[in-house]
Amino acid sequence: MIGICSYSGYIPRYRLNRKLIFGAMGWMNPATIGNARGEKAVANFDEDSITLAVSAGRAALKDVDPATVEVLYFASTTLPYKERLNAGIMGPAIGLKDQVRAADFTASLKCGTTALLAALDGVKDGDSKKVLVASADCRLGKPGSPQEMIFGDAAAAVVVGGENVVAEFKGSYSVTYDFGDHFRGANSKYDNQWEDRWIRDLGLDQFIPEAVTGLLEKTGLQITDFSKVIYPCIYPAARKGIAKKLGITPEMDQDNLQMEVGESGTPHSLVMLAKALEDANPGDKLMVISFGSGCDALCFEVTEQIGKLNNRNALSTALAEKAELDNYNKMLVWRDIMPADFGKRKEVDHWTRFSAMWRNRKLMLALEGGKCSKCGTAQMPAQDICVNPECDASHTQEPYSFAGKTGHVLSFTGDNLAASVNPPAIYGQIEFEGGGKFMFDFTDCSLDDVVTEMPVKMSFRRKYYDEKRDISGYFWKAVPVKEGK
Amino acid sequence: MASGIRDKVAILGMGCTKFGERWESSAQNLMVEAFEECIKDAGIEKKEIQAAYLGTHFDEVNVSKAATPLSLTLRLPFIPVTRTENFCATATEAFRAACYAVASGAYDIVLALGVEKLKDTGYGGLPDINSVDSFMTGSNSTAPGGFAQLATAYSRVWGLPMDKIKDAIAHVSAKSHANGALNPKAHLRKVISEEQIKAAPMIAYPLGLFDCCGVSDGSAAAIVTTPEIAKSLKPNQDLIKVKSIQVIASSGEEQGFNTWDGAHFATARVCADKVYGEAGIKDPRNEISMSEVHDCFSITEFVTVEDLGLSPKGGAYEDVMSGRFDLNGESPCQVDGGLKCFGHPIGASGLRMIYAMYEQLLDRVPEERKVKNARLGLTHNLGGTPAWNVCAVSVIGRD
Repeated sequence: MIGICSYSGYIPRYRLNRKLIFGAMGWMNPATIGNARGEKAVANFDEDSITLAVSAGRAALKDVDPATVEVLYFASTTLPYKERLNAGIMGPAIGLKDQVRAADFTASLKCGTTALLAALDGVKDGDSKKVLVASADCRLGKPGSPQEMIFGDAAAAVVVGGENVVAEFKGSYSVTYDFGDHFRGANSKYDNQWEDRWIRDLGLDQFIPEAVTGLLEKTGLQITDFSKVIYPCIYPAARKGIAKKLGITPEMDQDNLQMEVGESGTPHSLVMLAKALEDANPGDKLMVISFGSGCDALCFEVTEQIGKLNNRNALSTALAEKAELDNYNKMLVWRDIMPADFGKRKEVDHWTRFSAMWRNRKLMLALEGGKCSKCGTAQMPAQDICVNPECDASHTQEPYSFAGKTGHVLSFTGDNLAASVNPPAIYGQIEFEGGGKFMFDFTDCSLDDVVTEMPVKMSFRRKYYDEKRDISGYFWKAVPVKEGK
Repeated sequence: MASGIRDKVAILGMGCTKFGERWESSAQNLMVEAFEECIKDAGIEKKEIQAAYLGTHFDEVNVSKAATPLSLTLRLPFIPVTRTENFCATATEAFRAACYAVASGAYDIVLALGVEKLKDTGYGGLPDINSVDSFMTGSNSTAPGGFAQLATAYSRVWGLPMDKIKDAIAHVSAKSHANGALNPKAHLRKVISEEQIKAAPMIAYPLGLFDCCGVSDGSAAAIVTTPEIAKSLKPNQDLIKVKSIQVIASSGEEQGFNTWDGAHFATARVCADKVYGEAGIKDPRNEISMSEVHDCFSITEFVTVEDLGLSPKGGAYEDVMSGRFDLNGESPCQVDGGLKCFGHPIGASGLRMIYAMYEQLLDRVPEERKVKNARLGLTHNLGGTPAWNVCAVSVIGRD
């Protein structure tokens, strides 16, 4: 048996009420009132597709030994790098070993399921090796566009393997067409789309039934055999039409999270799948369909093993841990859509020194410090000489990751002088349980949330963006954990 | 066995510019201004200076590296000149080097001069000093944010509520402003009330604008020699002798090891012990007549008076609020207005502090800002952040 061994979804903390968008930009395009319902998930200022996918990937590996992952596929149409493997940045941050095969899948919103199929193609029954598929997107619509309201930022991850399978893979069917419903050229920042009616009536309404019918014929199953049919489609009328055509009852129709998250692009089918798996029972059959330059349709059957997962509900947890983004302009500034004055201090030029970064890659990407083999002191960074003055041993540091460790706030501040796209810059000294201390930026919090001694968890974030050289740099930040969570 | 430099070096002359936004003055102009006052006070000729030390920190926005900014500017006649740099202890390091040069017997008369031209950056606060390492893994932090954390940590360690800390550090700043208002060389010369201080815009929680020292241009200088030469050159003047200078640098233990509480300066405690040992001071709380503590931020002064033994541990709040460090208190601190009112041109501050002690010890200040019966003056610099830093402490005194 091969299939899904674990899964997760990740939704960034901030949700923007679509009415705020309409209030700001509705004057330009009054027809967008039709989309001005519910909330869209907005990646924090220090998040991008890489960091969202890392968050999802780490959540999916809570039930799987990261050392068994031998392949990493990252699927996104909003890759921070055209050249420099995005999955290569993610691997150490997710906690994977260096000896992995890694690739980026891109250019179509169905590439998330295509990556999943490539992963399934690469494992055999009984295989202990695992493949991690992570997908994320942060697609931008221009201010005033329907896409600005419809899109939301999200990520999902699936671990595929040949043992401890929670959802057995039963077959797939794919169609590929050069269908320019949505497109971005090599240098486009914003989504372009063709007319909705064409996307709806020719695209969704024909390709999805074609893929579903093909899958049913191939597997010998009926649509009624499925407890959930999972497909992205933001047009309510088209969903009704497709459901009617294929015999999908309202109970079978997996909610597309349009009111809570928005259309997240590449990861969307996998985000919906994560939600379906959270609620699924052994024996349930799930059909997953993606849409973008054609369709992939995949069939899974949930096994008894699903009850053994410890971290089944990562997506629902992320959905619940939300905070309102009460200011539309903040989103524009965070996404570099609207220029803002960050002060002269922001103009100071800093070079990314790739050779220095290479030497420090384990620290920067994996938050790896050291543990002294003589005195056992955990420390960051790992230096040649132990930090414990009573020990003072040389060359005794063994790799020790702080990425999954809980820390506590020793001291903190909220800094209005620091150049930040989200002032005040909150940061402080963190002491880790088990030892080790370091000063980190804090994120996903407001200054009012922070008190000394409160616990923090670590999160991989974009540390800076160098506009001059188009470089995204990454490091870890501390996320304060409020009581009761 | 090393015996230290206590009473082996005397200050022959000092100079200090007006500190402030010296838009019309270059670093070179400031050096000349401090030097002219200094050499006039010393009563010697330039050719009698046998060696010189230049303290300057931000060569990126300032006078560039090495010794030549000083030697070329003062047209020093082919003598040994060395640049010292050690964060905010830079000027004290120049002074220490000059004193050691005299104490060692290598030279008789040595110049130490510190200068910093900060007001050419185009923005408030200090210029960024991101190293390669801090760029990769450091927080998006500034000086006020680094020091502001002393407050949250102090509150945690001593159980002192944040509003009480805010009261105390407001008193710290108000006291310094009151002193600075009396000093014509200070940059900021307004009396500011504690209410104004507490109501000021937040810079880095819980530090408001008036909890932060000014950013200024300035220069200060000292000429040191042996007590014998000083006595022969100035038979009718009190001898101001160096009792001790110590500099301590962090081992990294505070930042990386779990014994540091974030609420004190480990370096300052060690440095104070060494200084009092060298100077023969047994009871600093009562023996030190006055001090210039590195008040880059009000909270730094608040925490440091404990580290220096001027207040008992956990006792700063009571001492500050009771007025102990006010000009008319038992242990006046920032008698010239401190960094708070002079601002902090990094390479000049340590010497400016020593200048403040020097003019008090020689009774050269007007009655309104005089410390009565001053015999021992302490200066303290702290450069870096609470978690890793260099600390310098010096004591000079009148026989």
